Amino acid sequence: MASSFTRLFSSKRNVGILSLVGAGSVTAGFLLHRDHVTAGAPVRRMYPASAEFPDLRKHNNCMASHLTPAVYAKLCDRATPNGYTLDQAIQTGVDNPGHPFIKTVGMVAGDEESYEVFAELLNPVIKERHNGYDPTTMKHPTDLDASKIQSGQFDERYVLSSRVRTGRSIRGLSLPPACTRAERREVERVVVDALAGLKADLTGKYYSLTLMTEKEQQQLIDDHFLFDKPVSPLLTCAGMARDWPDARGIWHNNEKTFLVWINEEDHTRVISMEKGGNMKRVFERFCRGLKEVERLIQEKGWEFMWSESLGYILTCPSNLGTGLRAGVHVKLPLLSKDPRFSKILDNLRLQKRGTGGVDTAAVGGTFDISNLDRLGHSEVQLVQTVVDGVNYLIECEKRLERGQDIKVPPPIRQFK
Amino acid sequence: MPFGNTHNNFKLNFKTEEEFPDLSKHNNHMAKVLTKEIYGKLRDKQTPSGFTLDDVIQTGVDNPGHPFIMTVGCVAGDEESYEVFKELFDPIISDRHGGYKPTDKHKTDLNFENLKGGDDLDPNYVLSSRVRTGRSVKGYTLPPHTSRGERRAIEKLSVEALTSLDGEFKGKYYPLKSMTDAEQEQLISDHFLFDKPVSPLLTCAGMARDWPDARGIWHNDNKTFLVWVNEEDHLRVISMQKGGNMREVFRRFCVGLQKIEEIFKKHNHGFMWNEHIGYVLTCPSNLGTGLRGGVHVKLPKLSTHAKFEEILTRLRLQKRGTGGVDTASVGGVFDISNADRLGSSEVQQVQLVVDGVKLMVEMEKKLEKGEAIDSMIPAQK
Repeated sequence: MASSFTRLFSSKRNVGILSLVGAGSVTAGFLLHRDHVTAGAPVRRMYPASAEFPDLRKHNNCMASHLTPAVYAKLCDRATPNGYTLDQAIQTGVDNPGHPFIKTVGMVAGDEESYEVFAELLNPVIKERHNGYDPTTMKHPTDLDASKIQSGQFDERYVLSSRVRTGRSIRGLSLPPACTRAERREVERVVVDALAGLKADLTGKYYSLTLMTEKEQQQLIDDHFLFDKPVSPLLTCAGMARDWPDARGIWHNNEKTFLVWINEEDHTRVISMEKGGNMKRVFERFCRGLKEVERLIQEKGWEFMWSESLGYILTCPSNLGTGLRAGVHVKLPLLSKDPRFSKILDNLRLQKRGTGGVDTAAVGGTFDISNLDRLGHSEVQLVQTVVDGVNYLIECEKRLERGQDIKVPPPIRQFK
Repeated sequence: MPFGNTHNNFKLNFKTEEEFPDLSKHNNHMAKVLTKEIYGKLRDKQTPSGFTLDDVIQTGVDNPGHPFIMTVGCVAGDEESYEVFKELFDPIISDRHGGYKPTDKHKTDLNFENLKGGDDLDPNYVLSSRVRTGRSVKGYTLPPHTSRGERRAIEKLSVEALTSLDGEFKGKYYPLKSMTDAEQEQLISDHFLFDKPVSPLLTCAGMARDWPDARGIWHNDNKTFLVWVNEEDHLRVISMQKGGNMREVFRRFCVGLQKIEEIFKKHNHGFMWNEHIGYVLTCPSNLGTGLRGGVHVKLPKLSTHAKFEEILTRLRLQKRGTGGVDTASVGGVFDISNADRLGSSEVQQVQLVVDGVKLMVEMEKKLEKGEAIDSMIPAQK
């Protein structure tokens, strides 16, 4: 597989060096000294680890499944160079025991280094969440060559809209759970600066949450673009809503088909979408836009957080790898009532959601169908999985319409 | 976030202007006082336990406030916060507590015998009487900052102290994380159970972390004396009963508090107190006595009188709905309590409630008979 990117900075030791090149970057000077920032043990350790160990007996999340007293004792005195600690990383999982049927992740990263400093906990969590992917032995493939997608145009009598989203983090700046106000503002500045350089069908405009007019706000709501202050305790307990709405905003192109959220759950969330079933074109614009933004930030000496083992580094371990969710809104009124529907989705490595997004119910037999996986498969592979899977689902729906029977497809091979 | 302090050291690499919060749309005491200069001066400081300026103000940054209600917008993470961040807290305390100066001294008086009257509020109007306060246990940090280990230590010590009480104070502790369904139902029916805080004023300050670990409710068998452990403060102590005998409620309050304090002192963990700000609590609004003494009282006619608000102000009282702060009154029944906390003693504050409610009930009776009350309106207390 040929990556269309040159991996210039594979070692994190190079963090900050290129940032010096950036003109006007307030953080450039000190970033070079990042490794020298005191990463001492937290001041207060009056109690032994055993007295501090959280009570996780009623908890059901990935963190709770893997945090033993021994792991806690080992990691609780460590901090990343920014001073981010284990207690901070797991707070969201301690505060949100979870649901008996839905297993949440239960921890976040405060910065890129969290994935190394707390690897003893994060690696088993990643392995469980990503179907056996082992960051210590495996490599994650990145492939943003949209030309490889086959049969990416769906039957528009069934597929109402197509969408691909991912996240990107700016290397050298802390992630939303831990970032300071200055860092968050720097993320905004770097990204808005880059987005201003997009041209042609990607030309667009930035709407800062603090400065937008009532009229702009209403338009963004009508377009279903506006994101709100997070209310989910999964996010607020991790500190991601601090200082809201400072340095948060939305950028979108004039055609309203390419959208970037700044400083919500990740530094950036990048979304390509359009009505209808042309997933190939959605993905093509997605890849083109992402590569262009990357090129623009690199011109100023910045880069995205990425590693060979984890792919694109994001706040939540569930979004590592590609961070990609490619999906459609598709009408499957007959298939969705078939008892084999869930199994079919499972085997196709797809998940269903209501058309309001995660944690919503389907309305009128219309579902949001997207890829389950994020890590260990490339963007091209995942989008192809969605394309093939949705085409199969539509076939099933058509067969049921004609009174024909359908078959549960064999499961797609996983790592485990 | 209020845990280690190494994160604060990292922040110092950024300039004051880069870190200063945008408070242009804010309306709380912290936002009114915090300038870039003060921020610049205090941002590299921390208390011995590692609580920093950003920890103090986070709740006020996250909650811009309401155009009509002025919230405090900051909290203390430990006893030392009020000293280390004095330059921020002093003006806020002054604004919130009627001009209280940094040199002023606060009087504590928990001698219930100094209260005059209070045993004869008309039960046809006064449905219930209640006095509450908070106490912080010396040697531990406060709810925005406590680690799980500390919170558990506070619980352990509190339970030891409370379960050693006897006589009218003999009672039982119900830890939130292990109470049975039946116990929970009963506590809800008694209106004793407190919930995980949902107010962002509290959650943004980190007070709901690790819920419900080391939180619980203790009450005496008579259900007239109640203690909340590790909610917004280490301890919230409540004395209450139906009817208008505020004197008896206050007696039990003072006696119970003093008994509890004795036991904590024996363990070398007395209550946080100093002669300037009295009892030290998490929110600056509760400094001094931390006392809210109040009644549920039927005032359907008086409450619609044009001068109702003015009467309350002059009596140094405030009204709330019967659901507590931020609720509306139902059927003309109001929660009436003292407005002051700092600069006057417990006895003085309860005296104001007793005298003020007595007067308002008399006014209500006059209005029922169709008579005017103008001559009864008091001067400013």
